[in-house]
Amino acid sequence: MDLKDLYRDVILDHNRSPRNFGRLDPADSSAAGHNPLCGDRLSITLRMDGEQVADLRFEGQGCAISVASASLMTEAVRGRSRSEIARLYEAVHALLTGHERVAGQDLGKLLALAGVAEYPARVKCASLSWHTLNAALEHVAVPVSTE
Amino acid sequence: MSATAATLRAGYEVDRVRAEFPILARSVNGKPLVYLDSAASAQRPLAVLRAVEHYETCLHSNVHRGVHALSQAATEAFEGARETVRRFINARSTREIVFVRGATEAINLVAQSYGRTQLGAGDEVLITRLEHHANIVPWQMICAATGARLRAAPVSASGELDLDAFAALLTARTRLVAVAHVSNALGTVLPVRDIVRLAHARGIPVLLDGAQAIAHETVDVRALDCDFYVFSGHKVYGPTGIGVLYGRESLLSAMPPWQGGGDMIRTVSIEESTYNDLPWKFEAGTPNMSGAVGLGAALEFVEGLGREAIAAHEGSLLALSTRRLAAIPGLTLIGTAANKAAVVSFTMQGVHPHDIGTILDSEGIAIRTGHHCAMPIMEYYGLAATARASFGCYNTTAEVEQLVAGVARVREVFGGP
Repeated sequence: MDLKDLYRDVILDHNRSPRNFGRLDPADSSAAGHNPLCGDRLSITLRMDGEQVADLRFEGQGCAISVASASLMTEAVRGRSRSEIARLYEAVHALLTGHERVAGQDLGKLLALAGVAEYPARVKCASLSWHTLNAALEHVAVPVSTE
Repeated sequence: MSATAATLRAGYEVDRVRAEFPILARSVNGKPLVYLDSAASAQRPLAVLRAVEHYETCLHSNVHRGVHALSQAATEAFEGARETVRRFINARSTREIVFVRGATEAINLVAQSYGRTQLGAGDEVLITRLEHHANIVPWQMICAATGARLRAAPVSASGELDLDAFAALLTARTRLVAVAHVSNALGTVLPVRDIVRLAHARGIPVLLDGAQAIAHETVDVRALDCDFYVFSGHKVYGPTGIGVLYGRESLLSAMPPWQGGGDMIRTVSIEESTYNDLPWKFEAGTPNMSGAVGLGAALEFVEGLGREAIAAHEGSLLALSTRRLAAIPGLTLIGTAANKAAVVSFTMQGVHPHDIGTILDSEGIAIRTGHHCAMPIMEYYGLAATARASFGCYNTTAEVEQLVAGVARVREVFGGP
């Protein structure tokens, strides 16, 4: 295992300078996520335009993997529809767990998370933001957990 | 005492201690294992592994049951381990030594048996802010069931108990004090003799959670004068799934059984049952015999090395690691009590503890990261997590230097400050 596979420059950059960090007010939906193992907490606020996520923000604290994953996710899903996001999530999940690529999905910068598959203990860190986004999209206000 | 242990006592030769722990010879991620997580679970020496193997291959049957040879052999091994525990903590009698699954089960036993009969609405149980969840949640549960109230004494920024505030929280309603002997998250050694003295002055019994102390301090329950003392086998180089509740005999005698079943009874009819004598009254069902035998061997191993010798060795590792880590820019030590066990908790500016743990792991260094099952003390420090290195009898000054080098590697990956 090479550490640089996990802590790629894109990851370190998004950890140091998270994009779309903060809170939308007003927002159409929000959700809070918690990873009890490492204490990571993040919340997502988003505004919808019909079926599309018009805008979103995240805030919270966590390890580099969870912060960078959340930051990369906000860039990847803005302007996308629920169904597009669902397919993207499927592809990200496959990437994180080391399964076969999902055909027809261009993951772009999200590919920087590929190294996580080599670190099973860190998959939850990278997927917390996606679980939280799904909860927000379902208008679930209760905290979600990756445990 | 084994011949090896007797030889070791002459002078503390850490290389010879390490040779007793086969797992320390393995590598992790292509690097020699540097095991700095003994506060989570200590490794087992050959003496323990062999004692368990001998029990399983030569002695095993059910205890206290049959007249046949193996049942008697198993009973002797199991009860022999109980005597070893009694000697190790200087209890008056083996009637005061109850085998349980671990410190957690021991505290639950006291909460459910002693707490259920002694606590009522408005009564209070007093703990501290730095307790492990195992010494918080069982009290919350029994307080919810009885209407009693759980109170927690504050600690200072250095992680030391505020003894005056503790004393002020002892009231006419306090029915039990339950505190850690040593904090798992910070390493603080609590002033347990003062705590016992203050509580006993008001006639309040004291439970000490010795999970983190048993491998590092000389524990003498008569000198401590505590009423209950609990610990887990796997923190003191023994197996998992075995632990000990020490209880003052007068208290244990008056307490009702917790779990019902075989072995804890004298007679059973459909209408009623009469209970067994101490300590078996609290040991329902077939116990963990091989675990008890392994624990006995672990305690003999520690006696062989000498508890003072281990404490002195760990003390030097604590002093060195504290000095070396404190000198690193952007690194903050969490828990700087004057009296500490060999635990170093820390944070690094701009790096989450989980990332520290992953990077150290890539260097073969095992530390704990997270809230250490002590969320209230983490909250006090405004932290979600820390990185924690903890030392045992087998760690070396070279490993402290490897930890320091690993921390430098973390800085290299993350940059700054």
